[in-house]
Amino acid sequence: MKIGTPKEVFEGERRVAMTPESALQLQKLGHECLIETGAGVASGFDDAAYADAGVEIVKTAAALWKAADIVAKVRAPDDTEMKRLRDGQTLISFFSPVGDEAKMQSAAKKGATVVAMEMIPRISRAQKMDALSSMANIAGYRAVIEAGNNFGRFFTGQITAAGKVPPAKVLVVGAGVAGLAAIGTSTSLGAITLAFDVRPEVAEQVESMGAEFVYLDFEEEQQDGSASGGYASVSSPEFREAQLAKFRELAPEVDIVITTALIPNREAPELWTEDMVAAMKPGSVIVDLAAEKGGNCKLTVPDEKIVTDNGVTIIGYTDFPSRMGTQASTLYATNIRHLLTDLTPEKDGVINHDMEDDVIRGATITHAKEVTFPPPPPKVAAIAAAPKKPAVKELTADEKRSAELAAFKAQTKNQVMLLGIGGALLLLVGLFAPASFMQHFIVFVLSVFIGFQVIWGVAHSLHTPLMAITNAISSIIILGALMQIGSGSFLVVLLAALSVFMCGINIFGGFLVTRRMLAMFQKS
Amino acid sequence: MDYGFTTAAYVVAAILFILSLGGLSGQESAKRAVWYGIVGMALAVAATLIGPGSGYWLLSILLIAGGGAIGYQLATRVQMTQMPELVAAMHSLVGLAAVFVGVIAHFEIKRVSGLMAAGGDISQLGTFAALIAKKSAVEINILRVELFLGVFIGAVTFTGSVIAYGKLAGRVSSAAEKLPGGHLLNIAAAALSVITLVWYFNTGDFFPLFLMMLAALFIGYHLIMGIGGADMPVVVSMLNSYSGWAAAAIGFSLGNDLLIVVGALVGSSGAILSYIMCKAMNRSFISVILGGFGGPAGEQMAVEGEQIAIEAEGVAAALNEADSVIIIPGYGMAVAQAQTAVSELVKKLRAKGKNVRFAIHPVAGRLPGHMNVLLAEAKVPYDIVMEMDEINDDFPSTDVAIVIGSNDIVNPAAQDDPNSPIAGMPVLECWKAKQVFVSKRGQGTGYSGIENPLFFKENTRMFYGDAKASLDKLLPMID
Repeated sequence: MKIGTPKEVFEGERRVAMTPESALQLQKLGHECLIETGAGVASGFDDAAYADAGVEIVKTAAALWKAADIVAKVRAPDDTEMKRLRDGQTLISFFSPVGDEAKMQSAAKKGATVVAMEMIPRISRAQKMDALSSMANIAGYRAVIEAGNNFGRFFTGQITAAGKVPPAKVLVVGAGVAGLAAIGTSTSLGAITLAFDVRPEVAEQVESMGAEFVYLDFEEEQQDGSASGGYASVSSPEFREAQLAKFRELAPEVDIVITTALIPNREAPELWTEDMVAAMKPGSVIVDLAAEKGGNCKLTVPDEKIVTDNGVTIIGYTDFPSRMGTQASTLYATNIRHLLTDLTPEKDGVINHDMEDDVIRGATITHAKEVTFPPPPPKVAAIAAAPKKPAVKELTADEKRSAELAAFKAQTKNQVMLLGIGGALLLLVGLFAPASFMQHFIVFVLSVFIGFQVIWGVAHSLHTPLMAITNAISSIIILGALMQIGSGSFLVVLLAALSVFMCGINIFGGFLVTRRMLAMFQKS
Repeated sequence: MDYGFTTAAYVVAAILFILSLGGLSGQESAKRAVWYGIVGMALAVAATLIGPGSGYWLLSILLIAGGGAIGYQLATRVQMTQMPELVAAMHSLVGLAAVFVGVIAHFEIKRVSGLMAAGGDISQLGTFAALIAKKSAVEINILRVELFLGVFIGAVTFTGSVIAYGKLAGRVSSAAEKLPGGHLLNIAAAALSVITLVWYFNTGDFFPLFLMMLAALFIGYHLIMGIGGADMPVVVSMLNSYSGWAAAAIGFSLGNDLLIVVGALVGSSGAILSYIMCKAMNRSFISVILGGFGGPAGEQMAVEGEQIAIEAEGVAAALNEADSVIIIPGYGMAVAQAQTAVSELVKKLRAKGKNVRFAIHPVAGRLPGHMNVLLAEAKVPYDIVMEMDEINDDFPSTDVAIVIGSNDIVNPAAQDDPNSPIAGMPVLECWKAKQVFVSKRGQGTGYSGIENPLFFKENTRMFYGDAKASLDKLLPMID
């Protein structure tokens, strides 16, 4: 199959859906790769690099669309590109089935197959093709960088000869992929980072990145992230109030706010209200990663950077991934490459568009002249359901003591009972067995007792030597053979001789091998 | 004749044996402890040769020397990976010796009672025979029971150990196999043994003893055939225990206290080892001996996600960056003979100042403590080799955990999935480390045949291939 990538036509888009590296991998799957001339220049890959990777350079976009069986690109196709899309062709790109519904319908009518990258289901198997995540990762990183660029101070606290610099305080709202990336970047720059999310189960992830999770004083049935495919869902009005109150409290303290709160297929929730902006210190920065969906702050102007009257900078760029063209292209091209790997199971250059496969089915929005959106729910849950943690009751000192006492009593009872039974059994044996037997029996019982006491003290690491040495000494049975070897018939002598011989092997073998093993144990 | 000297020597020997076992509590004192054992044994044998066993002492010494030569060869040539086989083979010898000694005792009883009935001269008899001659009828009966028990346990130990040896050495299929009829056959054989015991008790004939021997030999064979390879640690320690009990039973019938003491020591040692092993698998002794895992209690949790492979470069990069590393070896390491490569890796990492430790699960390998011995052989210092309880809390603060050839002992299903066949088994919580690499031959499941969710975790990467080959590839990349 021929996989072609045209130059992105969207204004200012720097990303490209194929890199020389991904092209090499695609060719390993048996595909041929085409690229429009100059498609990778904005992200740092020139035509020569592609040619070196064995990619055919096509002069015009029209020619490319004509030649390619599969078109892989970043942005959803514009009207011209829609016209070029033809029957039997597969288009892989970001393509919002809700926002671009008309285009979806027309693609279906043409008989083209469209795979929308944002529809890749969020299951572990599909993580490697999840372009939303890889782009969000970049956006989170870039958001901190942009904030730093517009923030007049250091992130990290320093004490210098020229005075003390306090560390910046960063609040990240929404701990999804972008949020976590922002947290990671911000903590590694040295800022004090706070993070909030409506899903309390992400607190652990947040804390693992070195940030502090902002807890609300609010009792509500916790949201189970697994029910909504790992995304946040709408919260109750009371919860929202508690959340806003907390933000109001934080607003005067924080220097940088990065909001990443998005709810799938909805306008972004307003989390950073005008009065919070007004409460912030001059010079503070807000980066609104939800700007495209209306913004988490109502003052955000999409694609622009504004400064409010009280000197707070609000950044509403929507093209963070594109601002890091090279990185974004590498990751996006890898996502595409993984998708094509799944589409080419035999690695023979033949596409098998398996509509039974959860991932492929979920991402395909038109196929065989039909609109296949929305997909049926995936068979596997995105993330494991949060286990319901039963509240472990803290025991009071009294309760603890009584529990210990009860355990001690039970133990004593057990021991006394065992001793009683053992004693009774011994007495029973003593009643019937002759005295000579009892003499030996005492020795036996005491030896077992000593054995148990001694062996518990043996180090676990020396269990193999223990076995070897017990092996050697259990050959003490040789005494029995030695005592009898001299008396009786030929058969007795023969059997005794054999026994002595075997025990000889055992004694020497056992002791020697134990010594050999123990000599190997060396201290560092 | 009075053998006061011999008895004194026995007392000393018994004390030396106890000290010898007690000394194994630490690596350094253990080196001294072996000598206690050797001296004790030498003393016991010498005292017996001079005293009650003086009849054929030249022959005895020759035989001991001959056996010793073979034992020496075995001990010096055996590979440390073959230790389980060697131990099993030695158990079989003790078992067989116990059977022989028991049978001899039977003949002696026969001869003496025959002589006494004929009114012959009993003053010329050997030591043991003289002892018998003094016994009353009740005592003779007790003697028969003791001897019978000794032969029974000895015979079970013998065939059991031979089969265990075969399984460990790969000469017998290590899968659990049973004859049609399963445990009914064992029960039948055990019942037969009880019947022959009554029979023998009443008549004192050789035939019931012989019949019981056959039944016991069968039980040993069939019982161990039905137990799979990974349960061998329990089996070998159980046989160890049996060999001790057999010695104790023979000691009773010969009226020899040293035999009783040593038998009891060895028997309890083996019993404790079996207990520790069972505890580490969260299974009852009975369920291990009866073989096979019980069927799953309910539907097991589905494992989702995928196993992500990684190449040596990736592992090397992670190791170069890591500050703390924990290595979890398993039977796979022994199979691949990878312990020297592992030791090399550890040396390199430690030279760079990284904190490298080993985590040993009690049932890793085919013998209790097997991994420790293998690592010691590869010159890994024992103070970085930790037990499960010592190290399990350290995983969350560890950068890289490397699992080499182990599977069930690192299976998180034991904690997460109450329906898993191994639910409740204590496991090494390596998945809590920041990153886990699993060195494994292929995608198969472990001994218990259950999926291991560890391999599907997000922070797990599979490092496929033979453990030794993989590590050899990895070594030059560590700088």
